[in-house]
Amino acid sequence: MTNRRKFLQAGGAVTIGSAVSSILPGCASTPEIRKPVGRVMIIGAGYGGQTAAKYLRLWSAGSIEVMLVDREPTFISCPMSNLVIGGSRTLAEITRSRNRLKEHGVQLLTDEVTAVDHARKMVKFKDRYADMGYDRLIVSPGVDLMYDTLPGMNSADAQSQVLHAWRAGPQTVALRKQIESMPDDGTFVISIPLAPYRCPPGPYERVCQVAHYLKQAKPKARIVVLDANENITSKGPLFRAAWEQLYKGMIDYRPNSEVKDVDVRGKTLKTDFDNVKGDVLNVLPSMRAADIARSTGLINANNRWCSVDWLSMESTAVPGIHVLGDATMSAPAMPKSGHMANQHGKLAAAAIVEIMNGRQPNQEPVLANTCYSFVSDKEVIHVSSVHQYDAKQKTLVAVPGSGGVSAQRSEIEGAYGWAWAQNIWSDMLS
Amino acid sequence: MNRTLLLAAVLAIAPLGARAQGTDPNLGRMLASNCANCHGTNGASVGGMPSLAGKPRAALLQMLREYRDGKRPATIMHQLAKGYTDAQLEAVSTYLSAQKPN
Ligand code: HEC
Repeated sequence: MTNRRKFLQAGGAVTIGSAVSSILPGCASTPEIRKPVGRVMIIGAGYGGQTAAKYLRLWSAGSIEVMLVDREPTFISCPMSNLVIGGSRTLAEITRSRNRLKEHGVQLLTDEVTAVDHARKMVKFKDRYADMGYDRLIVSPGVDLMYDTLPGMNSADAQSQVLHAWRAGPQTVALRKQIESMPDDGTFVISIPLAPYRCPPGPYERVCQVAHYLKQAKPKARIVVLDANENITSKGPLFRAAWEQLYKGMIDYRPNSEVKDVDVRGKTLKTDFDNVKGDVLNVLPSMRAADIARSTGLINANNRWCSVDWLSMESTAVPGIHVLGDATMSAPAMPKSGHMANQHGKLAAAAIVEIMNGRQPNQEPVLANTCYSFVSDKEVIHVSSVHQYDAKQKTLVAVPGSGGVSAQRSEIEGAYGWAWAQNIWSDMLS
Repeated sequence: MNRTLLLAAVLAIAPLGARAQGTDPNLGRMLASNCANCHGTNGASVGGMPSLAGKPRAALLQMLREYRDGKRPATIMHQLAKGYTDAQLEAVSTYLSAQKPN
């Protein structure tokens, strides 16, 4: 009761009941699922969390209470954010309000969850809200960057100068400004960590977008790509063709070049063999499931990722908690993408509706993925795959003969790529 | 509730006919949620991609089969359609044809 009162004082308009007896908005009219069946709390409102929130409300016919927590009041999309760096889109064009989720009965909480007590099924918040209970928890936290692996980057000061821009927002705009202020004959150096990392084609798309800008504004400038991987990790031939045909002579791609340290003041990236100096450095460190996954005890794969049961997205470490998106230990050939996180959200929503009604989740889930990458302001390439559950291997498996990549880059796919963003944003948010 | 208990509970209460062969009673809905990322929630596109909601089942199914068999020009649908069984293509067509267009 104390908690409830504190919450109401802090939270104002949000309606809330106890975890099992909330009063529902008028939409719970489906006869088979009429009674409220409990509360799902969702930590992280990105591609995974937002999708899970909307679909839990839709598929439970309003009988599951859904709370969606995020530090940020609005959604800024990571997919398409390279276009802001390239200059053909603004941050406003990749930013969306979450308000329409309220029409589905999702309760939006702007705050940070600092701790999960899974024995008591309670979460603690940083600022506005008092401790709150849940029946099931979804953790869709995204990635944190492993700066501890790069000694020179391990300070707030270093991190404010050498940017990642791998979460869309202020860093996206700041990196664009750094590139704009680069000398005309300057060098942009980007480093790519060993896979797996968030958005496999993302770094190569970024190279295209920076090249697209430099080609117009600073044609004497150069790009060095230090890739820890032995080759381009996604759509390699298509990216190479774009680099060769659209940005000839501008891009120096160096595979097997893992950055081991950064000299921030000297503007130098260090590999085992080389020191590479640049005017603008863009360091993508190794990544792992974000801190809240770690402190909740969900990280159980390679000390970096969260293993899940692919029939429900339920954690294999902590029962009652479902993990979505980039934070998961991916199934074979499954990329860490926004599109895939959306698919995880739907799989989890469907399974949670069944579980909370005492039924078994679907035993044959199917997910699909597509990543569109802009190789210029207008031309796009894609990679796609379909993943069906394999009961013997107990995982999702890419269907042989399905999926693939674009035949060639095209403006037709440029239009589809942007349309994909509009449709997936509204699939999550409206 | 742990998994074994849950399963026991399910076996005790679930009408068995509904789960014969383990088929998802929400198969069409689940499959259509694969398409929603591009074609909009329940196939109602917000633009730039064709809308599928409310199109006749036979037309949807025919297009999907043509994509699968490489008989219909496409940038991507020929790759995606190959990832589903014919029964799944039927189920998703049935579901989408019953949805409200925008
Ligand atoms: C990654 C985006 C994407 C996904 C996911 C996707 N589609 Fe498509 N779909 C397209 C595009 C793009 C076209 C236009 C044809 C082309 O270029 O492939 C299309 C065309 C179609 C058409 C033809 C519509 C018409 O009127 O001409 C049908 C039918 C269709 N899709 C069904 C589906 C179904 C069913 C699914 C889910 C199983 C699905 N699509 C998933 C992008 C997608």
